[in-house]
Amino acid sequence: MEQTTVDMELSQEQELGRSNAEPLLSIEDLHVSFHTYAGEVHAVRGVTYSVGHGGSLAVVGESGCGKTVTVQTVMGLTPIPPGQIKGGRVIFNGQDLLRLSEKQMQSIRGKDIGMIFQDPMTGLNPTMTVGRQIAETVQRHHKISNREAMDKAVEMLSLVDIPNPQVRARQYPHQFSGGMRQRAMVAMALACEPLLLIADEPTTSLDVTIQSQILDLLQNLQERLGMTIVLISHNLGVVACLAKDIVVMYAGKVVEKGSSSDVFCNAAHPYTRALLRSVPRLDREIRGELASIPGTPPDLFQPPVGCAFAPRCKYAMKVCTKCDAQPIRIGDNHYVSCWLHHEANPNNPLKNQFENGGHTSD
Amino acid sequence: MSRYVLRRFVLMILSLWVIVTATFLLMNAVPGGPFTSVKLTPLVEKQLERKYGLDKPKWQQYITLLKNLCRFDLGLSIRERGRSVNDIIRNTFPVSALLGVEALVFAVTVGLTLGIIASLHRGKALDYTAIIIAIVGVSIPNFVVASVLQYVAGYKLNLLPIARWESFKHTILPAFALGLGTLATMTRMMRSSMLEVLSQDYIRTAKAKGLSSAQIVWRHGVRNAILPIVTILGPLIASITTGTLVIERMFGIPGLGKYFVESIYNRDYPMIMGTTVFYSALLLFMTFVVDIAYGLIDPRIRIARGKGD
Repeated sequence: MEQTTVDMELSQEQELGRSNAEPLLSIEDLHVSFHTYAGEVHAVRGVTYSVGHGGSLAVVGESGCGKTVTVQTVMGLTPIPPGQIKGGRVIFNGQDLLRLSEKQMQSIRGKDIGMIFQDPMTGLNPTMTVGRQIAETVQRHHKISNREAMDKAVEMLSLVDIPNPQVRARQYPHQFSGGMRQRAMVAMALACEPLLLIADEPTTSLDVTIQSQILDLLQNLQERLGMTIVLISHNLGVVACLAKDIVVMYAGKVVEKGSSSDVFCNAAHPYTRALLRSVPRLDREIRGELASIPGTPPDLFQPPVGCAFAPRCKYAMKVCTKCDAQPIRIGDNHYVSCWLHHEANPNNPLKNQFENGGHTSD
Repeated sequence: MSRYVLRRFVLMILSLWVIVTATFLLMNAVPGGPFTSVKLTPLVEKQLERKYGLDKPKWQQYITLLKNLCRFDLGLSIRERGRSVNDIIRNTFPVSALLGVEALVFAVTVGLTLGIIASLHRGKALDYTAIIIAIVGVSIPNFVVASVLQYVAGYKLNLLPIARWESFKHTILPAFALGLGTLATMTRMMRSSMLEVLSQDYIRTAKAKGLSSAQIVWRHGVRNAILPIVTILGPLIASITTGTLVIERMFGIPGLGKYFVESIYNRDYPMIMGTTVFYSALLLFMTFVVDIAYGLIDPRIRIARGKGD
């Protein structure tokens, strides 16, 4: 069985190499830990994913599964210490970001990679005008006068559909509503026309109507500017409309990745299926409790030897608790890390449903 | 804005009136009077009481006091013969104020710098050094600092004059002794305030823009962290510029500090009232200045006040 696993890994690498000649961002076997008083937290345990030029990738998973830590490591925003990058590579535009000095990273942050964060209420400096905060980014990376930078800030604010940008640029964050602040954050992240935009739960702290406005805006901008987006979310609904590719993470590992239709219609990992089932739906039965996943994610102080989802998985087999599954290719660009789909498993309970389209209740 | 200033002014006058009344009541509630400790014939005592208006009923004394205060007349000192309280304050306050300002400039610049450095090196040697300075500064009483300075820098090394108030050189030791405690407070407060600000989301945003550490600290850190310092700075200026008994005594400085204390055990009524009113007025004014400064530093406070008007 060991042998087949290795083969599987190799074939995956070859496959990736062929289909996606030169991804803009590729994270390879990234390991990140945090040293706390209680011990070492293995937050990211070998994450591999990539996104091509102009692509849109969504990373989903519940809180604490390492999705934010992964992208913060890409940006070099992981505090070290207590954080420690234990291994892996982050190749962006041909260079390994983890090998760059802090100074080199500073010239990439904000210029080549823009990032927007979860909470726009606290993400802006309360004592500086919004325009100034946007202008600051531009001035950091381009030699232009205060006036030109301010003009650019106004232009960016109008790009993100803020009415009266001239006036708004001179106002402070507390004079903006939550949705407008997030727009301002987007404007700030895009001010230097980055190649890659990382949006870390951009809509989580906003109400539903504003959520959809921000998502529309992101989608619009992506089409217009042709930029690459990595979207982090724990909300599958948010992801569905924006992302072409989806990565599902659990307990610091990628459990499934594929195109959005692969993941939504042919979910292969029991965790992905459980996630999909727990999305409230209007077209399903109205009565009854919302589906949830019993149990809690594992303690990352001592990550399990086998599959981290095994204790919560109703299909768990003996092998699942002893040995972790390696990514198995089950579709064109669709990979899952689950023993159920291993070729050595003759009776895969998910197989039938999988072929039926994956939406039957199991 | 002008309405706000006017309202604050009226409030200040009201507060002063309350302070004056309370001081008057307390002063008179204590048995005895200015001449209790001095042996005088009853006739002389009567005449003296008449001179200072102490023979009149209390309510008349109170009315006279208020009238005089409205004309900024603090009356004649009973102990310092022939000198008015106004005169004494006019002569001694500038001395105390100069010393206080020197001490403050020293304490604030060094204290804030230490605090910022400590916060940027949290948990490292520099941080611990700053914390130790802060703890030492807070816990050693200033008269001990003063004596050590006088002995070492003044007597042993003969670097600076031990006492007296003549040139700038003479001000260095007392300013240092006076400022050390404040410096320690500044360090401690700035450190914790900076640590809080540095953990804010907008600092992460600033980092994500690619700003350098220096830009992050100056543009986004310090301005937000300084607010609690400004809050204590107002009362601090009021108390430190009006002098302290101990430091001024030890260094032979002709400041205002001693009158706060001596007037009380001398039962020098006009002097007690004068120093209290002067100090209170300064304190109220500084609080007002701080409130204006808040608005300049933090726009959220500016707006909230605009609406409140």
